[in-house]
Amino acid sequence: MKYLIRQAAVLGGQATDVLIIDGKIAQLGELSDAEATVIEAAGLVLLPGLVDPHTHLREPGREDAETVETGSQAAARGGYTAVHAMANSTPVADNAGVVEQVYELGRKAGWVDVRPVGAVTVGLGGQQLSEIGAMADSRAKVRMFSDDGICVSDPLLMRRALEYVKAFDGVIAQHAQEPRLTEGAQMNEGEVSAVLGMTGWPAVAEESIIARDVLLAEHVGARLHVCHVSTAGSVEIIRWAKARGIAVTAEVTPHHLLLTDEKVKTFDPVYKVNPPLRREEDVLALRAGVADGTIDVIGTDHAPHPSEAKDCEWGVAAMGMTGLETALSIVQHTLVQTGLLSWADVARITSFTPAKIGSLADQGRPIAVGEPANLTLVDPAARWIVDPFTMATKGRNSPFAGMELPGAVRATFFHGHPTVLDGALATPRVAND
Amino acid sequence: MKHLLSTADLSREEAIAILDIAEEMRETGTRQVKKLPALRGRTVVNLFFEDSTRTRISFEAAAKRLSADVINFSAKGSSVSKGESLKDTAQTLLAIGADAVVIRHPDSGAPARLAATDWIGLPIVNAGDGTHEHPTQALLDAFTLRRQLALREGVSPLGRGLDGLKIAIVGDILHSRVARSNLWLLNTLGASVTMVAPPTLLPVGASAWPCKISYSLDAVIESGVDAVMMLRVQGERMRAAFFPNPREYSRYWGLDDTRLKALEAKGHDTLILHPGPMNRGLEISSAAADSPASMVLEQVTNGVAVRMASLYMLLSGDLI
Ligand SMILES: [Zn+2]
Repeated sequence: MKYLIRQAAVLGGQATDVLIIDGKIAQLGELSDAEATVIEAAGLVLLPGLVDPHTHLREPGREDAETVETGSQAAARGGYTAVHAMANSTPVADNAGVVEQVYELGRKAGWVDVRPVGAVTVGLGGQQLSEIGAMADSRAKVRMFSDDGICVSDPLLMRRALEYVKAFDGVIAQHAQEPRLTEGAQMNEGEVSAVLGMTGWPAVAEESIIARDVLLAEHVGARLHVCHVSTAGSVEIIRWAKARGIAVTAEVTPHHLLLTDEKVKTFDPVYKVNPPLRREEDVLALRAGVADGTIDVIGTDHAPHPSEAKDCEWGVAAMGMTGLETALSIVQHTLVQTGLLSWADVARITSFTPAKIGSLADQGRPIAVGEPANLTLVDPAARWIVDPFTMATKGRNSPFAGMELPGAVRATFFHGHPTVLDGALATPRVAND
Repeated sequence: MKHLLSTADLSREEAIAILDIAEEMRETGTRQVKKLPALRGRTVVNLFFEDSTRTRISFEAAAKRLSADVINFSAKGSSVSKGESLKDTAQTLLAIGADAVVIRHPDSGAPARLAATDWIGLPIVNAGDGTHEHPTQALLDAFTLRRQLALREGVSPLGRGLDGLKIAIVGDILHSRVARSNLWLLNTLGASVTMVAPPTLLPVGASAWPCKISYSLDAVIESGVDAVMMLRVQGERMRAAFFPNPREYSRYWGLDDTRLKALEAKGHDTLILHPGPMNRGLEISSAAADSPASMVLEQVTNGVAVRMASLYMLLSGDLI
């Protein structure tokens, strides 16, 4: 199949025609091709397909919340061409069998590349390293390992994990949460939790783990990725670590770039998430951290839940928010429209760098002749009102429900195949191997 | 007034109106026939997810004196402890024919959630939620203070606030819904509040509260206060390292006999309040609990009147 994208602003710059043939970018310039399906893209921004370092696709085990199929459809609608699927499924993705299963489900679904994340420890139990080598060597070619949802809090185990994955050029993605300091934690600890009488999740519980881990990474010369950084103090520590030359990368979620703990005053569990929503000062520090490169990537931490897990009182509600179908709009709203980032920067934090962190060869590539056609067309002038009931994800737990947001994904090309056209899901790509 | 969830929601006028109605209600409690026909035919459900016999019977007495029917629903040993959700439980009560729900729940915000959702659409009274609020306790405390001071001055309490009073709230502020509800209401009524506690039992973020904070009960007593509200302290808190042991807690933050004497020596006629149940010998000595300045039983009596006023305002509604 041939597609001709006409007059798209590549990374928000010069308008160009892009010819896609057999999954690759065949030509750039002033083009015409009588056989190609034409996509008019005047006024649209062309980005490399988005890569999410952090999603929860819930399969195997919680197919009522999400499946690899529905989660990857949501990803495609959000402009993604690759997602990492966290290991906290049932059974846990702590062996080659489960990661290959998730990888195969993704391949068969055909909406995005689904890259399983392997658990660091057996059963996320924090006791014994899982078979990291077997997962790295499997067909899923796992490179990112994480016990996400649970912190690898044992310092010795964390040290060993960081060292061990060097053999496979892997990376440990840490969910930084000191467990003793966050027992029973319900929300950010601060002025709002004091009023609401909720057990606090103090910033220091995140910052102390990040401080420890960057020092461990330095000591053993390993690569560390910090999941969902949420506090101003964390940004400072990571900034310090990078200045020191430590191989650390950091991620921020869209919701931490916009929402604050003031939302918890509604007691609506749609705002219950881990790490919790923080203060306005933290939101601004996170944005500044993205702007100056301290924070490398956007990770949605897409965490769909069935309605009963949120249609209840705060204390028993599940933690997590959906994010795949709103991420790019939140990035535009909080980082582009505030003048902090250009669209080229957006490409870097949503595609180029996350693909590098996850060692994804075909993703996050430059928009250039010969490169795989993983591409996203965004209409930055569009405005839309978030309605969780029209989303592809099974989760209805979007904290942005009812908000008007800028920017809409018009088309997504996954290895040259349009998974999204005219802003709606098209067809999956049929893998030919 | 649609719900009674937090004292922070009450304006000065609303708070004084509730206290004034409670004065009328308290009068009826002294009559031979204690019942008023105000809520005849209405059903009040006491939905208690936590054991609290004291609060439940106070609400029950209040509803019955207004001639309402009362259904007590205790979550212990019921379908709730088998995993039924708050939503399903509440909707069951609606189907039974409840007109108002009085809810006690271990989770902060559960009553507010019940009020904010489309689950039942009934008036909700927060009878204590987690470590968040206990608005009727604060109202009965304010009522008790206002009434005592008016008696002392020989004037009517009606229409008055608590302007210029100095109140110390002492103890486990961190885990106290009573402290939070009292703070907002006392401020609304014009009193000034000092929170007194070990630093471990004050929430991070309390510095933004409209009150003074002190770590020294002796210094606060020395400064002269119109009332001290002693909060219940659970001895188990020492296991989570909030304080070394009950003895040390009592030595620094308990209203013991020495401090009672210091209070009396100030000649300030300081009133002593406690929401109950008391840990005698821990946060309050028996001499303090049983002293003429102690309002503990008066608080219980006034609790019924304040809860009558609250139910009356929510269910007949046309006063405010
Ligand atoms: Zn996490």
